[in-house]
Amino acid sequence: MAAVDTVETPRDITAHPPGLGVRRFKDASFIVWGLIATFIGLGTLVALVGELVHDGGHRLTAAFFMSFPSSDPAQAGILSAWVGSILVIVTTAFIAIPIGVLAGVYLEEYAPKNPITSAIEIAVNNLAGVPSIIFGLLAVGLFVQMFGLGQSILTAGITLSLLILPVVIVATREAVRGVPQEIRHAALAVGATKWQTTHHHVLPYALPGVVTGVIIGISRAIGETAPLIMIGGLTFVAFLPITRPGDAVFETIGVLDEYGAAVDPAAVETVRIDHDGVVVLPDFTEMPVEAGQTYELPHGSTVQSVATWGDAIASWSPTNWLGSEFTVMPIQMFNWTSRPQAEFLELAAAAGIVLLGITLLLNGTAIWLRYRLRKSIKW
Amino acid sequence: MERDFTRQRVRVSERVMEGLLFVAAALAIAIVGGILYVVISEAAKFFAQVSFIEFVTETRWTPLFDDPHYGIAPLLTGTFMSTLVALAVAVPLGLLVAIYLSEFAGPRTRETIKPTLELLAGVPTVVYGYFALLFVTPLLQRVIPGLPGFNLLSAGVVMGLMIIPYIASLSEDAMRAVPRSLREGSFAMGATRLETAFRVVFPAAISGVVGAIILGMSRAVGETMIVVIAGGQLPQIVTSPTMQGATVTAFIAQVALGDIAFGTLEYQSIFAAGLALLFFTLVFNFIAFALQRRFRESY
Repeated sequence: MAAVDTVETPRDITAHPPGLGVRRFKDASFIVWGLIATFIGLGTLVALVGELVHDGGHRLTAAFFMSFPSSDPAQAGILSAWVGSILVIVTTAFIAIPIGVLAGVYLEEYAPKNPITSAIEIAVNNLAGVPSIIFGLLAVGLFVQMFGLGQSILTAGITLSLLILPVVIVATREAVRGVPQEIRHAALAVGATKWQTTHHHVLPYALPGVVTGVIIGISRAIGETAPLIMIGGLTFVAFLPITRPGDAVFETIGVLDEYGAAVDPAAVETVRIDHDGVVVLPDFTEMPVEAGQTYELPHGSTVQSVATWGDAIASWSPTNWLGSEFTVMPIQMFNWTSRPQAEFLELAAAAGIVLLGITLLLNGTAIWLRYRLRKSIKW
Repeated sequence: MERDFTRQRVRVSERVMEGLLFVAAALAIAIVGGILYVVISEAAKFFAQVSFIEFVTETRWTPLFDDPHYGIAPLLTGTFMSTLVALAVAVPLGLLVAIYLSEFAGPRTRETIKPTLELLAGVPTVVYGYFALLFVTPLLQRVIPGLPGFNLLSAGVVMGLMIIPYIASLSEDAMRAVPRSLREGSFAMGATRLETAFRVVFPAAISGVVGAIILGMSRAVGETMIVVIAGGQLPQIVTSPTMQGATVTAFIAQVALGDIAFGTLEYQSIFAAGLALLFFTLVFNFIAFALQRRFRESY
């Protein structure tokens, strides 16, 4: 090695370095490379939006938002998907926000330096890196199998809240850490207890930072597909969780194939309808049905509406929908994406526009909030 | 007396709040414990019926066939290939962006570009899957004739685009944390910004940059929807990125999409696959975390 060095060192000195012009040119041309790389990233976003709008833009009608999925692409929509998404996200927020904020406050304000605290910190760091589908395995094994919560909105909400918990905890910690020590000292000096100080003085100042983290977490939960596939978010749901309060509804899901088409069109099933509504037959004709009556319906029929909005509101209670089966926007989009027919791909693109619009809006809001925060607060 | 009573009540509520806060934080340990318990206990039932030797050495993964084989190798090669493609896209692009933002761009440009790139990380993966299947694959088919409609190449490319923000943002943080004095020393010797970036700043930030790349890799290994939609879900030993293939995650999702009968070997096989996935991502995360901490300590 030493011999090589002695040979190389003099060569380095005597060799003609490239002229300053060349070096300056290289320096300037790197900016071009940097910009190209940046624009590939930004170009992806543009191409993504362009592709979705080109494929599915024309399907974004009011009917698309107000129709159930159907095996007839012309009539299919995302009603059950967006309602399901809202209900799942509300459940997620109710669980993840309080737990995440309290945990973040504990780690930043209360936690003593001891092995338990470092174990908690290691756990939070690792949770942030666990692939989302593993949370799906947890949900199947623990919530569905062991706790018997079923393939319900409650299970989905708990699962997604565990998934976004690290995001909320980390954001809360950073926001709380950013509140200057003087504010705590002032409160403690006039006799406030630790929790009073935290609750009345630290948390209000940390709020914008916490909100930013919560928005990013919620946005992630809205777009998450894999763990919900694991717990069996259904791909074909032709009812609304909120309009299905405790009535034994016509069970046809089992005799439909995964595309919602009838397995055996000739077979019939005797069912009792519990609500006034409409049954859609396999040939897409609609048949009005009355509550309390028994009907012979072909396999492949679906109950399009089991209750009116009035019924739904009158009989609304959280326990009705928490235990209900569901579908969500990303699962609906995935289902349509996995079909070969072009019409369904258009529907997938339309659902993608809605999904992308919501997540970009939420992320944009979070980024803007963070920017405002950095600019406006100078302690 | 009245005051003493109030003070005591305050003291009790203090204790209650502190307990509540602790419980919320300790839940993180419970969740990690729950994940490990569920995955390991179900995987253990799997390994009670399928030998670990077969799991590691068998080259076929066909749990759904009449003649089932349980070799994890096809799933691992699929995961490896798609991750490799993702890194081939994301590392050069992400590092170029990071060097540009940290050493060349003004604060104004940086404050605009960084958050805009972060939007890429917020796009739902199912939307990326659609994009891979219906935009990137047709595009690649024009360049590579005979490319099948489902392939790991386009899934990997889109995964790479997805992790650019992670790698760019974390590497940029690492490079910006390099002390100014090092740069000034280099400038004083007559080096240009480019020479300083590559010979001084980048080597000084290397452990942070490698940590960022490993975190991006961990994302790619755990990504599910893009591969499920665009990769083809066919478990075979993958030797070329243009082949169809299934990743560990894709297999788990595929089984879940069918009707899972709880307690069957098929059901347990997704936990065995999940255990392999969990093992790799946790190891990657640990390495990345250790590297980043070492980096933080050195400055």
